[in-house]
Amino acid sequence: MKRGIAYLIPCLLLCAPAAVLAHKPSDSYLRLVIQDQRIHGQWDIALRDLDYALGLDKNNDGLITWGELRTRHEAIAAYALGHLQFSAGEVFCASRPGEQLVDYHSDGAYGVLRFSVNCPAVSEPIELRYGLFFEFDSLHRGLLSLEYQGRIQTAVLSPEQPTFRVAPPSALSPWREFLQFGREGVWHIWIGYDHILFLLSLLLPAVLCWKRGRWQAVTTFRPAFWEVVKIVTAFTLAHSLTLSLAVLGMVSSPSRWVESAIAASVLVAALHNLYPFIHHRLWLVAFAFGLVHGLGFATILLDLGLPGASLWLPLAGFNLGVEFGQLAIVSAFLPLAFMARYTWLYQRLIMKGGSVLIALVASIWLLERSLELELESWFG
Amino acid sequence: MALPLLLGTGRVALYAEPFIPSSDDQVLERLRAPSDPQMRKLSRLRRTLAQEPHNLPLALELARQYSELGRSEADPRYDGYAMAVLRPWWNKPSPPLEVLVLRATLRQRRHDFDGALSDLAQVIARQPNHPQAWLSQAVILQVRGDHEAARRSCLPLLRQTSALIATTCVASAASLSGQAKDSYQMLRTVLEERPSATAQEQLWALTVLAEMAVRLGHTQAAEAHFRKALSLNLRDTYLLGAFADFLLDEGRPEEVEALLKADLRPDGLLLRLALAEQQLTSSQLASHVQNLRARFAANQMRGERLHLRDEARFTLHLLGQPEKALQLAQRNWAVQKEPWDARVLLEAALEAHDSPAAQPVLDWLQSTRLEDQRLQDLIAAFP
Repeated sequence: MKRGIAYLIPCLLLCAPAAVLAHKPSDSYLRLVIQDQRIHGQWDIALRDLDYALGLDKNNDGLITWGELRTRHEAIAAYALGHLQFSAGEVFCASRPGEQLVDYHSDGAYGVLRFSVNCPAVSEPIELRYGLFFEFDSLHRGLLSLEYQGRIQTAVLSPEQPTFRVAPPSALSPWREFLQFGREGVWHIWIGYDHILFLLSLLLPAVLCWKRGRWQAVTTFRPAFWEVVKIVTAFTLAHSLTLSLAVLGMVSSPSRWVESAIAASVLVAALHNLYPFIHHRLWLVAFAFGLVHGLGFATILLDLGLPGASLWLPLAGFNLGVEFGQLAIVSAFLPLAFMARYTWLYQRLIMKGGSVLIALVASIWLLERSLELELESWFG
Repeated sequence: MALPLLLGTGRVALYAEPFIPSSDDQVLERLRAPSDPQMRKLSRLRRTLAQEPHNLPLALELARQYSELGRSEADPRYDGYAMAVLRPWWNKPSPPLEVLVLRATLRQRRHDFDGALSDLAQVIARQPNHPQAWLSQAVILQVRGDHEAARRSCLPLLRQTSALIATTCVASAASLSGQAKDSYQMLRTVLEERPSATAQEQLWALTVLAEMAVRLGHTQAAEAHFRKALSLNLRDTYLLGAFADFLLDEGRPEEVEALLKADLRPDGLLLRLALAEQQLTSSQLASHVQNLRARFAANQMRGERLHLRDEARFTLHLLGQPEKALQLAQRNWAVQKEPWDARVLLEAALEAHDSPAAQPVLDWLQSTRLEDQRLQDLIAAFP
């Protein structure tokens, strides 16, 4: 009688899922996360399969209870982890079982085994060899889902294909990574107003030249074009140089100092348009301040998180992305400015007014960044 | 530890939150009763084979039993067990004949028709007097829609095996290629003349006979054949599915519910139940549709899509997505061509208002001279 009651209660809880269980080939669901030199695993294995392999139904009544499963936890963990080997390079990694839980899938109840794996040399590519249940079920499959540095890799492990080599993130696809960092570069030019404003400040006078104490329009396109080429090239060379040095760890500077210097560079460039003190070799100014802007880009790139293995590809991608963004701005600006160079609109409003505005914004940034004053909150 | 809950879209439902049961007495899983004599025999065989895994006669016996369970229960785990038992011989360049025959059956069940046919061709080349090989070959050829080749593969059976098996084989193929009435009469006569045939043989003959009667539009005769087949009390998923389809077409969903509710583990049976519940507007429908969705998704995760016909029916009638159903039906049609494969494709094409998509099936039906009342009705519905 006591036994009958024991059946009745769980039946109330379980008859609903049990009524519509599927007949399907055997699968296990293996989920792995690689994080900080460790692999964390969660492995869902069908109780029916575990029973077939290890005999869980101790009292032979055709029912597997939580008690029967719980007391066999060690044997199950040893059996399962014995059929899943991890290695890094030539070295095997040690697995350690964790807690055991229960879950339901479309074909019934599953034991959920949590475990962790320690690989001595995670820098080597990790390989796993799966062999669970293959000895008695040729249709069994291990459905692997692995998360490594935010990317999900999946595989179906079978007797024909029992191994899986974890692709290190940087080797996933160098080209895709290159593109990804390239996009980041473009994006940060577009949302980095200080860089855009600096560039604009340098470009505004490019279609003019300083004669007899005032700005006058250049007569032909060629000198304006070369002036822009020189400025942009100098700026690019300079910020690529410091960006690379900073990312490679050869220079480092406090970011507050760098941010303030960038704001100062924008202010100086804008003021220079109003009261020019260097009439020739403006590219030298571009170069000098470009060095500072490069350090600013480096902060962004380092924040994005660089894969340890190879720095060059993302670095080059990011740099080219920044260049591409700049070129887009320049090629949109230059023809328009050249066409409008004689007009009052350009010479007065855009050149003078724009520079004053840029100088104002840059002053606020400079104050805010150096004094950490939240002036913007007053205005905004 | 934050484990990702995704293996792709639509799969999240498969992962509920794992839990620790509150009591040791909580029942987690029901197994096939270990006291069942068949189960006991299987585990005894398995233990013996573990001692000497290279004992071929023993391995064949166990593999055959697993394979038969896999068929009658529509449970692919048993197919996997059978394959593993045969592993010492499975990948040999020239496996023993009986291994080849079983391998063909198991490959056929994974819808590897080419692999199965090549295994059977090997068997027949080595031993032309092998009735099982001819029969298996005939069945596969018929599923693929090559009725003439199927009929030819049945002919050697007339000399090699019982008259009922041979007649069922020939009649089944011939009834699909312009000789529906004659084949039906012939099989009916032979069956009546042989009341002493084994239950398995009768089951097959009666199922084929019932399906022939359905195609001819003889509903009363069909029902009588189905009922007689069921009364043999042999567990057979195919028979249950075919009878459920008949009842659904006859507008008798209550009976489908009663017929199937005992065992919903095979996907095909749950599908028919859900179709019946749709007609009955049952409260169970939503959860059964959800369950079927999860099952098809689970198969897809394995990189397998074996039940395309069922999936097409599911997508068409229960999800109401005719365009997607049509694609599935077309993929299914590329693999197999039984009357029901044609029907699912025509139904999907009709719902999707895509008459050109139906054309290959219409051409095929004309060239095979297939007679099927339901298909004729469907064809008439096309503009």
